[in-house]
Amino acid sequence: MAEGQVIVGLEVHCQLDTKSKLFCGCSTDYRADGPNTHVCPVCLGLPGTMPVLNKRAIEYAMRVAKALNCTVLQESEFSRKNYFYPDLDKAYQITQYDKPLAEGGYLEIEGDEGGEKRIRITRVHVEEDPGRLVHMGNAERGRYSLVDYNRAGIPLIEIVSEPDMRSPREARKFLNKLRATLEYLSVFDSEKEGSLRVDANISILGSERVEVKNITSYKGVEKALTFEITRQKSQLRRGQKVERETRHFLEARGVTQSSRSKEQEHDYRYFPEPDLRPLHVQSWVEGIVLPELPDARRERFIAQYGCSLNHARTLTGDLRLANFYEQVVRPDPAGLATLADTWISDTLIGELNYRDMSIDAVDPATFTGLIGLIREGVITDTSGIEVLRVMLDQHLNNQPCEKPLAIVDRLNLRKVSVTIPLGLGYEIDAKSGVEPSLTSQSNPILTAITEALTANPGAVEDFRKGKKGAFNFLVGQVMKKTRGCADPAEVNRLLAEELKKEA
Amino acid sequence: MGDNECCFEPEDRYNAFLTTCKKVTHGSGKLGGIAVAVKDNISTQGIETTCASKILKGYIPPYDAHVVQLLKGSGAAIVGKTNMDEFGMGTTTENSAFGPTLNPCDTGRVPGGSSGGSAAAIAGGMVRMALGTDTGGSIRCPAAFCGIVGLKPTYGRVSRYGLIAYANSLEQIGPMGRTVDDVSVLMQVIAGYDRRDSTSYDRPYAHTPCADIQGLRIGIPQEYFGSGVNPEVAAVVNKAVGRLEELGATTIPCSIPSMEYALAAYYVICTCEASSNLARFDGVRYGPAADAKKSWHEAYQEVRRANFGTEVRRRIMLGTFALSSGYYGKYYAKAQVARENVKKDFARVFADVDVIAGPTMPTVAFRLGEKSDPLSMYLTDILTVPVNLAGIPAISVPCGTAEGMPVGLQIMGRPWEDERVIDVAYAYEQGCI
Repeated sequence: MAEGQVIVGLEVHCQLDTKSKLFCGCSTDYRADGPNTHVCPVCLGLPGTMPVLNKRAIEYAMRVAKALNCTVLQESEFSRKNYFYPDLDKAYQITQYDKPLAEGGYLEIEGDEGGEKRIRITRVHVEEDPGRLVHMGNAERGRYSLVDYNRAGIPLIEIVSEPDMRSPREARKFLNKLRATLEYLSVFDSEKEGSLRVDANISILGSERVEVKNITSYKGVEKALTFEITRQKSQLRRGQKVERETRHFLEARGVTQSSRSKEQEHDYRYFPEPDLRPLHVQSWVEGIVLPELPDARRERFIAQYGCSLNHARTLTGDLRLANFYEQVVRPDPAGLATLADTWISDTLIGELNYRDMSIDAVDPATFTGLIGLIREGVITDTSGIEVLRVMLDQHLNNQPCEKPLAIVDRLNLRKVSVTIPLGLGYEIDAKSGVEPSLTSQSNPILTAITEALTANPGAVEDFRKGKKGAFNFLVGQVMKKTRGCADPAEVNRLLAEELKKEA
Repeated sequence: MGDNECCFEPEDRYNAFLTTCKKVTHGSGKLGGIAVAVKDNISTQGIETTCASKILKGYIPPYDAHVVQLLKGSGAAIVGKTNMDEFGMGTTTENSAFGPTLNPCDTGRVPGGSSGGSAAAIAGGMVRMALGTDTGGSIRCPAAFCGIVGLKPTYGRVSRYGLIAYANSLEQIGPMGRTVDDVSVLMQVIAGYDRRDSTSYDRPYAHTPCADIQGLRIGIPQEYFGSGVNPEVAAVVNKAVGRLEELGATTIPCSIPSMEYALAAYYVICTCEASSNLARFDGVRYGPAADAKKSWHEAYQEVRRANFGTEVRRRIMLGTFALSSGYYGKYYAKAQVARENVKKDFARVFADVDVIAGPTMPTVAFRLGEKSDPLSMYLTDILTVPVNLAGIPAISVPCGTAEGMPVGLQIMGRPWEDERVIDVAYAYEQGCI
């Protein structure tokens, strides 16, 4: 490896999407309810209570282990990780230590150097989530904390990677791929708040490694690592050493901060949990039938829908998106596959991200309707984007959602054309359609061209002198006047004709 | 009050109870109307449960231990919670935060421990039976010292759900009574599988004691009669073994060499587990409240320092040390090896004999305050802890007196052969009437 090479390993904690907690029957669906409403003597750690392992959680974890090509150990066991903290009601976390559920797998990601890259998985284990502290008051007056044990005992899976990533981008790719895999396995819901937590180990080749804790979002990983690399490199540049330490990521500020050394000096005093028997579940592996995973679906999208590799990656990189795509094209796969691919990958995702919205907000049938309007030539691409934006904004602002065609008509976005499209597969009110006419009095494109030529004699002059750019400028002016409703090809043709006439 | 209600207000001259129930209800069934006392480390819904510790003062569990549910289901009248060494850590019941229990046979002496309150309540005639718990001899020792019967069941036979843990891998809840019959009846009620205890097994106990021990082979381990065992006690126990021979049993000398390490292994394991189990007592959720104005770790220290007794603090520190990074292999891992060796020794001996017999305790009950040095106290557990390490059943049955105090005969059996140790104890008891 080259000098200055960045080395990254991740420890990813995900909440397993089981109905009940890891060691008791309490429901895991606590987010909408008040504090301490999903608790019982067991997950409150009341004296005398004992854990009973949730079999489903182990099954979920084994699906993950199999999908990550890990070996499930013949015997694994739970251990106690002892430390004091007010959110930890038993003062120990039941986790797995020297005998994890599974070891030694890999996950393939798109590497920085192009092509597939294998990131090795060290281990996969199961553990319980602690409760949660809610800090109240402020530094000046009445600062105190409240404890909520609703989260205590939620099953977590911890996936530890080898230090095989070489950039923040690869770390992000790994995390995205892992998330997609877990969602394809139906064991994880990334939309749930707090369902993912990441610790990252990062070093510059030849220097000490730093652990960054408290990363709770997908974007956060890339941010935290980028910050850390800059920090570590500038430290080295100034001739200082990188200290081996634990740092916390402050998501809001995008920086990492050294944890007080006291907090690092934890001695967790692990020992086997005497209230649970060792697990012997290796024989279950055979019975696990994995669903189609992201890589397989990507290849299928390329083969079945003719998606480009990049678009197929994007679409299949998120279970919801992949499902959405297939629902959108279902009415007419041959006719819609390519258009939908482009519109979802290039436009929809961007518009959603801009609004911080989930794909769940978009109804696939409605979207099929929208791109259908584009395909049938009712609206232009530009208008399509405008309609989409209106649709998303309406959803975002909890307004009544209009159908695409209703928006088109309300905003008068129908493509302006000398010919009226015939044989539309979509419902159009014929009376409101534009009358076919070739006279400038009734043809808005011709009107716009006339106006544009009159208003820009200089450009017309330039065009005559052979400047190609002047033609494009005039096209732009016409498009502006028609608010993007004109078919660009039509504008080109008519403008060229008009200019010829004037000459 | 109705037919099924009464008030339990005994004259508790021995400080056997921490709580007596002003309103006791009972049903009908196997234990219909029988007064049963419950050791104070077993959770009872609505009845304060303190483990004889200040740190649980005022803690009223919102749920019943599995065994308590079973007692209620059998019609028993749960009349009160009995005194004990704090969290079960002791051999005399002097380590209670609420004062020692006295031995009804001689109030100048301890009743043994840690289930001393349960033993004294029976020996003092206040209840017919009681539940105790046995981590390293805590049922058998007080049974021997107070002249009653106590059984430590096979590990996994009785659910521990609701038992406030001291050393999970060693302890069992067990029956105590005036007679073997009573112990057997109580065992019928409390034994069996409970899905809430993952270490429990589906081994119900439906046995009625049988006094026929014709042809029984009894192993007599030399270690149980060696130095450290009071000769008078050894003589009484020897005589009792002779009585079993008269009743048709044969004796075979044997040896359990791993006993040399048993006590050390036991104290490593129980303190390690205790250091973790007792970490949850922090004043946040129950017991005396932590000072919320202080930082949490300061408040924790304060609550724990003020409310744990000396012996409890000692064992927490020992266990914390033994589990510390760099020492795990030296202590905890080694103790597990010793534990396996004890198990193997028992298995080897049990290939040739049906039960093993010896004294329960190396001496009779100590005088109050006599064992002030913790190490000399630990040493008195030598004859009871091997059973807990191996997870096997053992009973203590009264077999005479030495220095005017009761002596207990300990019968140890193969795993799941609680019935057999009950039978041998029953045969002895019946043969001496």
